[in-house]
Amino acid sequence: MKSRVSRSDFAFRIGTGAFALFLLVIVVSIAVVLTRESMLSITKFGLAFWRTQIWDPVAGEFGALPFIWGTLYSSILALILATPVALGIAVFISELCPARLRQPLVFLTELLAAIPSIVYGMWAIFVLVPGIRALEVWTPSALKQLPLFAGPPLGVGMLSAGVVLAIMVIPFTSSVAREVLKSVPMSQREGAYALGATRFEAIQAALFYARTGIVGAVMLGFGRALGETMAVTMVIGNNPRIALSLFAPQYTMAAVIANEFTEADTDLYRDALVEIGLVLFIITLIINVLSRTLIWSMNRAGSSASQQAAQPAKAAA
Amino acid sequence: MNPAARRKLKSAIFVGCCMFSVLVALVPLAFILFFVVREGIQALNLDFFIRMPRPVGEPGGGMFNAIVGTLIIAGLGSLFAIPIGIMSGIYMAEYGGSRMSSTVRFAADTLNGVPSIVIGVFIYTIAVLPFRQFSALAGGLALGVMMIPIIARTTEELLLLVPGTMREGALALGATRARAVFSVVLPAALPGIVTGVVLALARIAGETAPLLFTAFGNRFFSTTLTQPIASLTVMVFTYAISPYPDWHRQAWAGALVLVSIVLVCSLLARIATRRLERMHGR
Repeated sequence: MKSRVSRSDFAFRIGTGAFALFLLVIVVSIAVVLTRESMLSITKFGLAFWRTQIWDPVAGEFGALPFIWGTLYSSILALILATPVALGIAVFISELCPARLRQPLVFLTELLAAIPSIVYGMWAIFVLVPGIRALEVWTPSALKQLPLFAGPPLGVGMLSAGVVLAIMVIPFTSSVAREVLKSVPMSQREGAYALGATRFEAIQAALFYARTGIVGAVMLGFGRALGETMAVTMVIGNNPRIALSLFAPQYTMAAVIANEFTEADTDLYRDALVEIGLVLFIITLIINVLSRTLIWSMNRAGSSASQQAAQPAKAAA
Repeated sequence: MNPAARRKLKSAIFVGCCMFSVLVALVPLAFILFFVVREGIQALNLDFFIRMPRPVGEPGGGMFNAIVGTLIIAGLGSLFAIPIGIMSGIYMAEYGGSRMSSTVRFAADTLNGVPSIVIGVFIYTIAVLPFRQFSALAGGLALGVMMIPIIARTTEELLLLVPGTMREGALALGATRARAVFSVVLPAALPGIVTGVVLALARIAGETAPLLFTAFGNRFFSTTLTQPIASLTVMVFTYAISPYPDWHRQAWAGALVLVSIVLVCSLLARIATRRLERMHGR
């Protein structure tokens, strides 16, 4: 026999569950809708879409390789620039800094994450790009013989995009890395100190213990960089051509959607752009799932290890 | 140099590198704030808030329509996202162990990581394409979709912080689960949830990419929900990439307004959380 209370509890569960289900429905329908809307392009080009380099909407030729290249190039560049800095900040805040400095520093790095992308873009156009251009002009011509630094000094291009992206990614990576370091049991560091380790060696031990989570944090930053739109669109130069040079204007997946979506005058053109969106969705999904799994497994390992560490202490007491 | 001294030196260098990296991150922050304030202050005046944009070539004018537009779109987004977010948060907190709730948690984290431009494309295909019309509603929907996961996760976290004894007390008095949540647990967590919602709102008001082809933009004043509408961010974008110095000036003013919104909200949230922590501490 069901009481009034248990019936009400059931209704409560179903009621709140319906809203929660809605969240799930959104994620699934993003995948379904984007696939359906890009059918024209998927059936016409197939996998060749991702292997060809020619993007010529007027002639109806759509190859997305330059965008994949630009997205990966800019994100990896950002990762290389951002990761050491982000990890340094995480280590400083969680291991080294005086307690009074901790909160303000956390606040400031989080502020970096809160500044709108469009403001980063504006700052980059008017301040960073002229600076990068000066750097490119100043680059010795011997260095310019290398393919990595070839091309005219335009300012806009891969280097500008990479630098802006790096600044934007730092707060994400550092805040996750900080959380991960927090979950490393104190005994790890204490053990190292007890063996006569220096500060660096103790932190090294903590970092080694936290390695899975740290990799997760870095990947989470990578996921952010892949999907970042406005700031990159404003400084990367928007040129669908594959180039190795840091100075060359290039294009990313997110940027081409932002720039050309409203101009897509044929169904095929629009479907091609939606397909780029679909793939961007899938890539970021995979990266996010992987990084969350790493961070989660790290946290679980951390909490169980600290419980194990706590038990002997209790027994001794 | 003996090994011990070398190890100490290595350690000191490492500590120095960490300090340096904090500096490396704070320099761009200071740089950005400095430029936005310096350039923005010059262009910001009363006209910016109360005047309409002028045609190209005529100096002056403001972004009144875009400010109203951003308020409308953000308002629509919250209207859509706050109930869904809070209710899913309640579900995840109350039925945390169930398989459904970990799936929803996973979906929320996934949605949080979806690039904003992809959300824009998604909303375009479901809310713009069928009606052949950019609209304020579509823009609100796009921002709402971005807010939901943030609100849901914040609500969940804060509900779990409420001491279990409180809800147990309510249940022991014979309250139903719904009653215990809505009149005891949720009110206790409410100040924190409100803070979270304000933060989410501030962050979402600065989004550009999901509005480009949902709300689209409008040179004129409009409050019609089924018509394209201007927004501060899209207008700053158009002005910033235009070739006109006067538009650049106004774009800086817009950027200053956006940054101020974020800054004020973050500061308020920080003060609020501090006060909450102190209250709980007692």
